Amino acid sequence: MSQIPAELKYVASHEWIRDEGNGVVTVGITDHAQELLGDVVYVELPEVGSNLAEGDGAGVVESVKAASDVYSPLAGEVLEINQALVDAPETANSDPYGAAWFFKLKLNNPADLDTLLDAQAYAAEVGA
Amino acid sequence: MTQALQTTALHALHTELNAKLVDFAGWSMPIHYGSQLKEHEIVRQSAGFFDVSHMTIVDITGADATDWLRYLLANDVARLGFVGKALYSAMLNPQGGVIDDLIVYLTDTGYRMVVNAGTRDKDLAWMREQSAGRAVTLTHRQDLSIIAVQGPEAIERVCQVKPEWAEAIRNLKVFQGLPFGDWFIARTGYTGEDGLELMVPNQEAEAFARALLSVGVAAIGLGARDTLRLEAGMNLYGHDMDDSISPLQAGMGWTIAWEPAERDFIGRAAISAEKAAGVAMKQVGLVLEGRGVLREGMPVNVEGVGTGIITSGTFSPTLKFSIAIARVPAAIGEQATVDLRGTATPVRVVKMPFVRNGKRQFV
Repeated sequence: MSQIPAELKYVASHEWIRDEGNGVVTVGITDHAQELLGDVVYVELPEVGSNLAEGDGAGVVESVKAASDVYSPLAGEVLEINQALVDAPETANSDPYGAAWFFKLKLNNPADLDTLLDAQAYAAEVGA
Repeated sequence: MTQALQTTALHALHTELNAKLVDFAGWSMPIHYGSQLKEHEIVRQSAGFFDVSHMTIVDITGADATDWLRYLLANDVARLGFVGKALYSAMLNPQGGVIDDLIVYLTDTGYRMVVNAGTRDKDLAWMREQSAGRAVTLTHRQDLSIIAVQGPEAIERVCQVKPEWAEAIRNLKVFQGLPFGDWFIARTGYTGEDGLELMVPNQEAEAFARALLSVGVAAIGLGARDTLRLEAGMNLYGHDMDDSISPLQAGMGWTIAWEPAERDFIGRAAISAEKAAGVAMKQVGLVLEGRGVLREGMPVNVEGVGTGIITSGTFSPTLKFSIAIARVPAAIGEQATVDLRGTATPVRVVKMPFVRNGKRQFV
């Protein structure tokens, strides 16, 4: 059964969001997403400084099985990306909520955080 | 409407080994037991076993068996010189399309054919139709499981489990098999590694699989089987060829026995005409040494020549970049481009296999 940490927020497209305070969030893909994908072999991340709208493409995860887009869960500016993940994409399978974070976003409107799913709602979404 | 999936004799063991089970041609089969990449590496480096009991075994007996198979198959069973010898062949329709690809063995009672799982019903229907009025009996051997043990250490591990048969197993040459009581063991496979395929009575299959586990042979899912066969440049039915594709366009020309010229086989007239007119498309290997993964269905553009299609594509765990099998215009050179998620990406055309016995083959 996949893990869904209670302290994180989620979107139905299987990204998780951690509130880092001051309107900054960290984004990654969920344990459920990596299980669906299988062994991840490439990760592409957005450019630092790019402005993303909610739902914009923000990278690609390719597994042996399939390619899958990553979406920005909220509107904001990309502050930082995880280059270590690009170099070791298998981390997305082994540590999806830790070492395999994708990017950090400075939110245009921090109040948007309230629109995201909590762990319970995401669990219901994926039938967990 | 969902139908209950068929299960193999190893189903309980798969579950115990935490397999991720998927619907494969109506069978509940393990796609992996944790990591497809790790399982792939195990087969390239040591030994693993695959449950391929979903595949269909048909025994063919009767006075007309040889003549009938020489008519049914594009390769010629008259080439099977001794009991246990194996032959890879296409079974064609009259239009020259591939109904299935298969292995046929000469046995002491006739022939044994192993065909694909997804094609079972149409194959059996076609064979029954074609055998009408002939002294041929077809027996679908649902009492047998098939376990493939593959990898550089595969044969030694099987010998360890079956010491009483070890000498005979070690003496098997490539594409050669032998009956051992109710068992049939052949030095064949679908991975590009050395190894064996064992047909085992269903009630003995689990004990044999557990014995393999106890000597360090890992269970390998069908996911790794696909990446292994693709690295080995081997076709997968329904992807690299089907009823509408000629064997000449699917890299199977070498399996057609044109001689003796007087042997008539189903599809011969169609593929002879195609050959005489010049075959428009051919099968090649593609490699993408940069980032990204080539996938089935992606168009392949050959500048100034035309367009082809990727029939199988993946990330190669051995080579660490993407490889693909493609059907392309015969006039292709050494370069092509593939539309990779909206970006025209250059790929290199290479001769397959990509990997054999653990090593890169192409230049």
